[in-house]
Amino acid sequence: MKARAFSYFRAATIDQALDAHARAGDDARFIAGGQSLVPALSLRLQAPRLLIDITHIEELRGVRREGGYLRIGALTRHCEMLSEPLIAEFAPLLHAAAPFVAHPAIRNRGTFGGSVALADPASEFPAMTLALDAEIEIAGPSGSRRVKADDFFVELFETALQPGELITAIYVPLFKADQRFAFDELARRRGDYALVGCGMLATCTGERIDDIRISFFSVGNTPTRVKGAEATLIGSRLDAERIAAAQAALEGDLAPPDSDDVPPAMRLHLARVLLGRLLGRLGEGA
Amino acid sequence: MSAPLTSLDRPNSYIGRSVPRPNAKRLLVGRGRYVSDLRLPRMLDAAFLRSPHAHAKIVAINTEQARALEGVHLVATGEDLAKICTPWTGTLDHFKGMTSAPQLPLPLDRVVWAGQAVVAVVAESRAIAEDALELIEIDYEDLPVVVDIDRAREAGGPLINPGSVNNTCFRAQLDNGAVDDAFAHAAHVVEEEFSFGRHTAVTLEPRAIVSDYDPAADALTVHHATQTPYQFQDLYSRHYGIPEARVRVIATDIGGSFGMKLHVYHEDMAVVGLSILLGRPVKYVADRIESFVSDIHARDHRVRARMALDAKGEILAMDVLDLTAIGAFSTYPRTSVVEGNQVIRLMGAPYRFKNYRATLEVIFQNKVQTSQYRAVGHPIACAVTERLVDMAAAKVGLDPFAIRAQNVIADDAYPQTSPTGYRFEALSHQACLKRLHEMMGYEALRAEQADLRERGIYRGIGIAAFVEITNPSPAFYGVGGARISSQDGAILSLTPSGEIRCLISVTEQGQGTEAIISQIVADQLGLAQEHVKVITGDTEVTPHGGATWACRGAGIGGETALQATRVLKRNILEIAALILQEQPSALDIIDGEVVDAVTRNQRMPISEIARIAYFRSDTLPPGTQAQLTVSHHFAPQGYPFAFTNGIQGCSLEVDVETGFIKVLKHFIVEDCGRVINPMLVDEQLRGGIVQGLGAALFEECRYSETGQLMNGSLADYLVPMPMEMPDIVIGHVETPTADTVLGAKGVGEAGTAAASACVLNAVNDALTPFGATINSIPITPTKVLKALKRF
Repeated sequence: MKARAFSYFRAATIDQALDAHARAGDDARFIAGGQSLVPALSLRLQAPRLLIDITHIEELRGVRREGGYLRIGALTRHCEMLSEPLIAEFAPLLHAAAPFVAHPAIRNRGTFGGSVALADPASEFPAMTLALDAEIEIAGPSGSRRVKADDFFVELFETALQPGELITAIYVPLFKADQRFAFDELARRRGDYALVGCGMLATCTGERIDDIRISFFSVGNTPTRVKGAEATLIGSRLDAERIAAAQAALEGDLAPPDSDDVPPAMRLHLARVLLGRLLGRLGEGA
Repeated sequence: MSAPLTSLDRPNSYIGRSVPRPNAKRLLVGRGRYVSDLRLPRMLDAAFLRSPHAHAKIVAINTEQARALEGVHLVATGEDLAKICTPWTGTLDHFKGMTSAPQLPLPLDRVVWAGQAVVAVVAESRAIAEDALELIEIDYEDLPVVVDIDRAREAGGPLINPGSVNNTCFRAQLDNGAVDDAFAHAAHVVEEEFSFGRHTAVTLEPRAIVSDYDPAADALTVHHATQTPYQFQDLYSRHYGIPEARVRVIATDIGGSFGMKLHVYHEDMAVVGLSILLGRPVKYVADRIESFVSDIHARDHRVRARMALDAKGEILAMDVLDLTAIGAFSTYPRTSVVEGNQVIRLMGAPYRFKNYRATLEVIFQNKVQTSQYRAVGHPIACAVTERLVDMAAAKVGLDPFAIRAQNVIADDAYPQTSPTGYRFEALSHQACLKRLHEMMGYEALRAEQADLRERGIYRGIGIAAFVEITNPSPAFYGVGGARISSQDGAILSLTPSGEIRCLISVTEQGQGTEAIISQIVADQLGLAQEHVKVITGDTEVTPHGGATWACRGAGIGGETALQATRVLKRNILEIAALILQEQPSALDIIDGEVVDAVTRNQRMPISEIARIAYFRSDTLPPGTQAQLTVSHHFAPQGYPFAFTNGIQGCSLEVDVETGFIKVLKHFIVEDCGRVINPMLVDEQLRGGIVQGLGAALFEECRYSETGQLMNGSLADYLVPMPMEMPDIVIGHVETPTADTVLGAKGVGEAGTAAASACVLNAVNDALTPFGATINSIPITPTKVLKALKRF
């Protein structure tokens, strides 16, 4: 398959990119790593008139501390999640999730901002922004704004991003000494989209969980926080009974879609197994 | 079993040595020349509009806008191509009663599977051709879709081919011995229904073709990524009415084939027609999605089978029903019934029982065609037989090794005829079984398994014995009327510099054909391998032959090369004897030097003989005509097939909470007769095993009820990757065939033949404590969790 013909514009600044988008009557797409967009173009699932290359916009790059947050530029590539010391120290959940994102060739090009903007419900990083209580910085024709991850993912491939808007950075609250995290996924093959995946971040006092955010992916139309399961854990010690209660709560939290090879009941079962294993690790990882 | 030593076994022989392939570096550094790399002057690109319906009437096709698009040179429908191409029918005479509807490059009035090519566009570029596809309108009228095999077999149900009485393509029955009697008196009977998913080849390089028709010479040159250039030369000639001598098929570098690239594909046939209509070169390369919906699929069998045993575990009889659905047509020219035919004939092959009955039903349905793919029929026959043997072992109370040791045909009992009628020259089941037992460290593995079970870790151990069909004679296709050769030809020349050029009809798809042919030639002539150049895959220069399929390259192509080299060597020594005033029998060639046959003293280099023969023939005795080019053909005689055998073992772990399976280690002991290049043989075994593990655990073409392929991409159709693959331990037993001097048999399919059976047995072994069983491949987490009733 070959893409339909399109025009190409390389933007040097955010303003240039936004302006080009507006001038194309919004029949345009921003391209960064292109790891999802290029196949979609080749398959002619998308055929915009204009591709706006944002990979040379300096403002979208870099990882740095800003107040209580780590600011991760939208162009930060998946492989940098593995190599960047600031991420390993202050957003270790992203560091832990990164090896599960596809394969090295894809990680070398794919970007954090692109992954969050696409909001593939089977992707690791969008779900982790939920677990991390991250904020997504968006630039648009009417200026810049920050949206909480909780409010960002709306429906299947639908987010708070409006046409012509661009993710500029993701703000992740700095990892603290009293926090623990866990991540894993159940994928048929290494690097595949998972049948079920999960990441979690807990704030603890000794053995007691003061707060926990648990986010699943590959379980529905959007990355999904499981608030019922979270509620069973908050204020408690992580023992077998609490873990079982959290697993049971998933039935209310998740409504997995029907697929031709993984029935909803099986996905729910796998989610329970994965949650049990991760909470077990969280308990051990004191 | 070991054969007596021959000249092939001498210490410095190239036969039996792991030399690297001469073409490996070229391919590795990106200097390969694949069909898709080819850019001919004035070349155009083709693209196809495909049917979204699995079964529908074509009411109207509107191509007006597409024709008007700038850069479009031709829009062709079924009607346009039917005017220049005669139809083909995928039947063979020796499959009595077989039917299949005639096929054309593009359909005239009806589509019979989702993804079938309907209209072709030829344009300045593939992108423009695809733009034009979007402008074509086709009105379809839905017809009843028949996907499910049971529905297809229903009396009075919808018919795939109008005018036929039912959806049956072929039916066959075998009945040898006294099967009913054996079951009536059996102490134990085991019975099971098995299902085998459809899968497909997934070659690294997809199908690719450049057809170049020259109207001035009425000559057709087709650059075609195929295993079988001669077969296609014949077919293009006959279906397009161009004399065979003016049709040239060139198969250059090919990125994997596995049987998939030896069938006639509608698009490929169409591309030849498009280039004839345009008088220009036309290229078509299938993209991955097109490959999934148009490459042949394979397997898709449902087998009901039972086995009778006496009280001691002696196998008495097997009774088998194989149902297989093959798509809407039988594939041309090799048909889609060979797999089923081999399934029912390979059942029980390693064992010595005599009572056997089988029924095969081959059914049409609205899916893409199935046909021959690596290890045709073997994995199904092997999985059914070996699972029944394991079930029987459990019932009788024997260890899997013990029941096999008790029932395999003894190594000293050959020749033998299988219960299904195959004639075996010499196999080595006992030796292989014994060797595998040692290699696996079987007792220790069992002890470890028991320990781990106590800790809630469930490991399984499975073994599977197999027999593989190789070196086919004309009994395979020739007797059925197909113009598919079972012989090979070689042309060998001594060059003026004293090197050897070998043109041979067997072809190279990445398995190392050229490497082993050069080893054989170098060995037999007495020359360093780097001085042998092997040329394959061009019907204009290489002699006609069977090329590469059914594990015949080493056994038949190798023997052809061996015999041709011996003729050339004799000719060289005759000239040398004249020059040296010796008897030819007193001379030999070692390392490119003519030597005294007894003392090994060097007499003169063969380059000197070449120099004299080519440039100073005046110095040779009057009347001497040096024959330094020889041509030679070899057709297999003796046994109709050279059967090989072996046994595989697998150790794996089942996560009983997630249903995930991790293969920990895989083992094979294999007997392919004379091993020419151990490294390449091991690569073939490993590659074959990986494909078998793919079938066992991952690969399946899943269809919706409306006949849509649900997972036609590499994100959804899972093939095994390095991370999922275990270490594979390989052992060899060598029982050369006495039908040839070389003694080599095939090895390309042995790995695939038994790997899935092995995994099936190992998974069932792991699930024993739960009383759960699985008899369906691929073994997905879904099936495991269902068997364990986890959801």
